Amino acid sequence: MRIGVDVGGTNTDAVLIAERRVVASTKQPTSPDVSTGVTAAIGAILADAGVSAGQVSAVMIGTTHFTNALVERERLDRVGIIRLASPSGEALPPLTGWPDALARQLEGATFLLPGGYEVDGREISALDEGAVRAAALDCRAQGIRSIAVSCAFAPINAAMEDRAAQIIADAHPDASISLSHSVGRLGLIERENGTILNAALATLARHVVTSLERALAQLGITAPLYISQNDGTLISAADAARYPVLTIGSGPTNSMRGAAFLTGVDDGIVMDVGGTTCDIGVLANGYPRESSIAVDIGGVRTNFRMPDILAIGLGGGTRIHVGASGDEVTIGPDSVGFRLTQDAYLFGGSTLTASDVAVAAGKADFGDAGRIPSLTPSLKSAILDRIATMLADGIDRMKTQPGDATIIAVGGGHFLIDDDLKGAARVVRPDHASVANAVGAAIAQIGAQAERIVDYDAEPRATALEQMREMLLARVAAAGATPESVEIVDMDEVFLSYLPGRSAQLRMKAVGSLADDMKRADAPLSETPHVY
Amino acid sequence: MYIDHATELQDLARGAAFLGSGGGGDPYYSLLLAEAALARRGRFELIPLSEVADDALLAPCGWIGAPTVSVEKLPNGGEAVTGLRRLEEIMGKRIDAVLPIEIGGGNGLAPFIAAAELGIPVVDCDGMGRAFPESQMAIFNIRGLSACPSVLTAADGSLSVIETGDNLTHERIARALAVSLGGIAHMVEYPLSGAEAKAHAVPGSVSAAIAVGRAIREARGAGGDPFDALAQALEATGLYPHCLSLFDGKIVDLERETRGGFSVGKVTIDGFGGGGRMEIEFQNENLVAESDGKILAMVPDIITVMDRDTADTITTEKLKYGQRVKVIAAASPAILRDPHALSFVGPRAFGMEFDFAAVETLNLTEKA
Repeated sequence: MRIGVDVGGTNTDAVLIAERRVVASTKQPTSPDVSTGVTAAIGAILADAGVSAGQVSAVMIGTTHFTNALVERERLDRVGIIRLASPSGEALPPLTGWPDALARQLEGATFLLPGGYEVDGREISALDEGAVRAAALDCRAQGIRSIAVSCAFAPINAAMEDRAAQIIADAHPDASISLSHSVGRLGLIERENGTILNAALATLARHVVTSLERALAQLGITAPLYISQNDGTLISAADAARYPVLTIGSGPTNSMRGAAFLTGVDDGIVMDVGGTTCDIGVLANGYPRESSIAVDIGGVRTNFRMPDILAIGLGGGTRIHVGASGDEVTIGPDSVGFRLTQDAYLFGGSTLTASDVAVAAGKADFGDAGRIPSLTPSLKSAILDRIATMLADGIDRMKTQPGDATIIAVGGGHFLIDDDLKGAARVVRPDHASVANAVGAAIAQIGAQAERIVDYDAEPRATALEQMREMLLARVAAAGATPESVEIVDMDEVFLSYLPGRSAQLRMKAVGSLADDMKRADAPLSETPHVY
Repeated sequence: MYIDHATELQDLARGAAFLGSGGGGDPYYSLLLAEAALARRGRFELIPLSEVADDALLAPCGWIGAPTVSVEKLPNGGEAVTGLRRLEEIMGKRIDAVLPIEIGGGNGLAPFIAAAELGIPVVDCDGMGRAFPESQMAIFNIRGLSACPSVLTAADGSLSVIETGDNLTHERIARALAVSLGGIAHMVEYPLSGAEAKAHAVPGSVSAAIAVGRAIREARGAGGDPFDALAQALEATGLYPHCLSLFDGKIVDLERETRGGFSVGKVTIDGFGGGGRMEIEFQNENLVAESDGKILAMVPDIITVMDRDTADTITTEKLKYGQRVKVIAAASPAILRDPHALSFVGPRAFGMEFDFAAVETLNLTEKA
């Protein structure tokens, strides 16, 4: 049996899955220390299902903690930024194009140093080891403990980044070092942006992963812990602690895959209403529609592959502001977040939230409706109309086909979506809708990737591609995926003109859905992000 | 007119990305530089070609090399001004205005950054009406002007002045220099008088790019179809009289390499719901789009791969496996379609074994 957990900003959800069926589920408030909430949630489902810790085969956790930290600009490290490319690139120093406030907050010190490679493998300039050492010592003196290193053409040759990392580690042993070739592909600015974001999350990532491990230890669970990645596959907890940026798109991926799994709907629009936001994504052939172009994270351009998501500021904890005259209504964008169960009227607090209005209108039934202050019918309908308009606008912005769409309503605040919502052909509300995200984590896909340098003069390209494809499909199927679900999701080829002949670095990634976890003796494959 | 808002620069970047036919480089980096220059300078001046004095000295400029390199090897910042200053020394007079050698991709924006440094305007015209991979494909060569003296500069501070008797030799030397400098360099070429520009440049192409970019942005903002808006805006410019949607699908193979100073390769797109297959060959720019054995568009007509949801252009160096795209074609400006021009920019100029056929005649039944 596997456990899927979603640690959101407001709630921590957990599900127990056996034979592709949800056996138990729960929703608990997220605790400030993360681990208390996770312990409570997993403890609750084990007790509910009467299952012992020893029967758990794997724990898969998706978390929006890192995304939230970047969006809220909290709990981030100051970063020492080293770029190895000078004199090239000096017109576009690191952090160019970032939101000013985020750049000011993260920038510890920036060093544009000689180094980098040309496309043909020559060095743009030689690595100045003394300058790297001086930069590391400068960071140490300033108390900067997180360092991002980006080198021109590092995805083709990582040697200079690796050497710089050794020098930094020697000079500044406490530093967490993020290397660009572990984070992204070609496109220096986008890769460097991702590396800086990763470095900014270093302390938080260690804290979160340690908290998760502590929670499992307290429960006596010895099964392996995996963290969901952007594309719905898994990485080990240790890798997530080093490369948290690779997990920041996992929230929407998990909720959309969970929604598809729970409903069997392959094409539609998933609306995941959480405590703070409603994330709207498009499901096409059972997979989240990806963004083709650059992905903005907290206003920063990156080139990660992730679902194309529209987040609107409307969730169960969203505050409803009523003007002094009593007829002027503003919805959010602020939310009470994980304090919903203390601050909302229906839980004895004194803040009017979207949940209070929904319960007062009979759309949901939880908390103590008697504590909600009476709202005039006209005010109530004005608030509900405004909420419906926000949701309908969201659908309109995301849909690409004419006509109304199938809407899958999930998340703890799914009751905010009316059955007759404008733009909806029908609204599907599956069992366990409120924990779709945790379901998505539990049904994580199996992934495998391969990389090889091929000389096309010696081996025809079509043969090399087909061979790698067949090998990966077989590997994913052998690891427990249903053969018909396995597909190549990424292929990347970079010709290496510094090698003789027509040589290219060929990379491919295949993923598939897990056939039946009961038949699998071993735990799911985890990928190591830094050995592309 | 003045460009005094970042929104207009973004419109220009969006429009130029489309007109680049996949080439000219992703305008994002040029846009970042242009936005920084705009913040420093307050505004850019864009003057109509008709307002340029006949005896003015104009300098077309842009980047030469492989766009696949430009995403890693970024500018130092001194390249354009160093080159323009040297050209002034050689010509013995001040440069009065600059213009994009090609209104495609990042090269559509590049002259604004140079103009900001020199405090001179950009002329609303260009030398290609789109982007082409090679220097001798400029309308100025087609009409018999010389590319020389030209000045090529690189991130490491090196500078080369090229003087050749003919423009094809000029391209070969410039390309070899760019390759030896790492695959990307800045070039100021075809220095010309105001009178020559009025006789030969593609007029109004910068403002056409801005209009196209604005139409896409406004359609997205209003919840309209950005592809319809794109087609209408192109036709309204008068330069690009037809626009067609050729294909809709997902990228299933991509073969792309940096060779001889170009990004060359082929992208394969499978249609949704068994809707056939399209293959597009490119050399920096998309050259020929073929679907199931039938050619649907070819140079010099514009062939651009776009995100099928957002109508963002995906330049050839940004193509990736799995992207869901639409392929949009547009008729090139008429001056590129006469027999003399086609001998420089038609399919045979790219080594293909067939004559040019216009996109609107190849797709008589399919209208976007």
